[in-house]
Amino acid sequence: MPALEEESLANASNDLSMKSEPKIRVSLPEGLSAETLREMYGRMVLTRLCDDRAFALNRQGKIPFAATCQGHEAAQVAAAYALKRGTDWVVPYYRDTALALAYGVTPREQLMCLFARKDDIFSSGRQFPNHYSVPDRKIASISSIIAAHVTHGVGMALAFAMRKEPIVTLITFGEGSTSEGEWHEAMNFAGIHQLPVVFMCENNEFAISVPQKLQMAVANVADRAAAYGFPGVICDGTDVVATYSVVREAVERARSGDGPTLVEAKVYRAMSHTSDDNQLTYRTQDEVDALKARDPIPRFEAWLKDRGLLDDATIKQMKQQAQAEVDEATDWAEAQPPPTEADLYTHVYASGPLS
Amino acid sequence: MATAQVAKQTQSTMVQALQSALVEEMDRDKDVVILGEDIGVRGGVFLITEGLVDKFGTDRVIDTPLAEAGIIGAAVGMALYGLRPVAEIQFIDFIFPGFDLLVTEAAKIRYRSAGQFGVPMVIRSPYGGGVRGGSYHSQSPEAYFVATPGLKVVVPSNPYDAKGLLIASIRDPDPVVFMEPKKIYRSVKSDVPAGTYEVPLGKAAVVREGKHASLITFGAMVPVALEAADIMNKDGVEVEVVDLRTLQPYDTEAILQTVGKTGHVVLLQEAPQIGGYSGEIAAFIAENAIEYLEGPIVRVGGWDTAFPYALEKAYMPNPNRVVRALKKTLNF
Repeated sequence: MPALEEESLANASNDLSMKSEPKIRVSLPEGLSAETLREMYGRMVLTRLCDDRAFALNRQGKIPFAATCQGHEAAQVAAAYALKRGTDWVVPYYRDTALALAYGVTPREQLMCLFARKDDIFSSGRQFPNHYSVPDRKIASISSIIAAHVTHGVGMALAFAMRKEPIVTLITFGEGSTSEGEWHEAMNFAGIHQLPVVFMCENNEFAISVPQKLQMAVANVADRAAAYGFPGVICDGTDVVATYSVVREAVERARSGDGPTLVEAKVYRAMSHTSDDNQLTYRTQDEVDALKARDPIPRFEAWLKDRGLLDDATIKQMKQQAQAEVDEATDWAEAQPPPTEADLYTHVYASGPLS
Repeated sequence: MATAQVAKQTQSTMVQALQSALVEEMDRDKDVVILGEDIGVRGGVFLITEGLVDKFGTDRVIDTPLAEAGIIGAAVGMALYGLRPVAEIQFIDFIFPGFDLLVTEAAKIRYRSAGQFGVPMVIRSPYGGGVRGGSYHSQSPEAYFVATPGLKVVVPSNPYDAKGLLIASIRDPDPVVFMEPKKIYRSVKSDVPAGTYEVPLGKAAVVREGKHASLITFGAMVPVALEAADIMNKDGVEVEVVDLRTLQPYDTEAILQTVGKTGHVVLLQEAPQIGGYSGEIAAFIAENAIEYLEGPIVRVGGWDTAFPYALEKAYMPNPNRVVRALKKTLNF
């Protein structure tokens, strides 16, 4: 339930505060200050610009591949802010740009992975874009193999539980993942040991081209949680505040030893699966256009404005600032060197290359 | 306590040696945990982990659901977070549901994260035929794992090596597939010292010296090789038997040394021949030591079939087949 708290917007931090705003009383969701809400909005805007830049760079022939999270931003940012950042681990999948950017990845780091540069901190240019590995920010290593990481996340949670460390693991995946055997094995394992895990399905109704009705015979992924002995909860994943509340409750359950929760965030996929896919081969332009009405960014913008937490001038300023960051990061990353052939052989084993 | 029991032993089976390695490592390092099907109260189907749940508790000796991908995937996650999981796959024939987690995840995480994450885990699993295990309790699938950079593959042939190699594997920073020759679990005893020692990974052992031909093998085929060497010795032919012990990374120096010494090579494995591990060793020798060869490199292995139940004896390489191979290269 949202708590009514007094929020002096004039006292919010310089970066995100509005000019000459009145002291007002607003109803804010529990755990979220006005400043945090604006910061979350800022992460969504930044993500959108990074994702747009990724596709643009691909179409310019500057990067070989791009995948975006457009339509998922609200769910991902909400989940990131529901966790204890710096303590809790996220085990993401490849459509989690907003989650990463909200969990400490910077625009420069993001652009470096798009360009696959040598100093790309995630993989040194060894992996596809958005395949993060950032131990210092508690972001696990991402695979392209669907649902494999769900088992890793459960193993990590088992380790935390064994060491009695109050760490929660958030594991994200699409609805297609839930068809994989590994997903079932991981869910089952987590249920048996009542592990401190939040499973979040970002259900965008398509696994590349295959719609949900050909993926499963149930209406909701959340329904599957019953088979594992823990709750499944559905939320509108295009609604930041609704998703935040649901994930926050799941995180609290996990941290207090009450076991896992399966959160199903209903989202949509605005773009094709990746830059190598054309969604118009399996859905119509009208369908794609209709999805724009669900865009989480204008929706959150309106929500913030309605409550006097943002105004047009601040929005404009935030967007300009984010655009400048992305532009700077793009130019900077593009100028960085790619890996050399000598970099090919490192890190096969801890001791180095095999031969 | 268990260490004290080991101290009294002079002669141990491989089962006892493996158990003492696990007990000593779990005593030494609380991050070492074991997981697998039936490894708890049951002690594993081969009793390698018998009694460990009483000693270390269910937190560190985890009976898992019947789900190999789940076992290996959970072990990867535990290792990512700094534990040292030792997962048992009940028979290596059952590893394939978890193959993905091993070859695309465990093996590649260090490389794909540019060294930021490592996966220090061991997958222990009994392998091999000759125990009336039928098609799915008999296979020897080392070639699949050896073909995956990032994995190490270890196969002991005797109790002493089994203990030292398992300890070295648990301490290794990278994922190790530890294949245990189930035929040798209880059929051979050797001196196994009490206390901790490592047999280094990547080092072969010359288990019998000879100057006329080199018989290069590993695991459950080592006793077969030694029998073949005995037979040859009756005709005055001295066969050197090299036990590779680690298949990946393998001991290139030891191979070059024995080939340089004898000039005749027979490679012996249990698995089907085509695409098998011996092919790698043959290629290595051909590329690096052809000037020493005085005859063809001859392979002896299982037949290129699935593993048969009733015809197990006809399938498994035996000393006579090895002798014929030795004669083929020696009489070239």
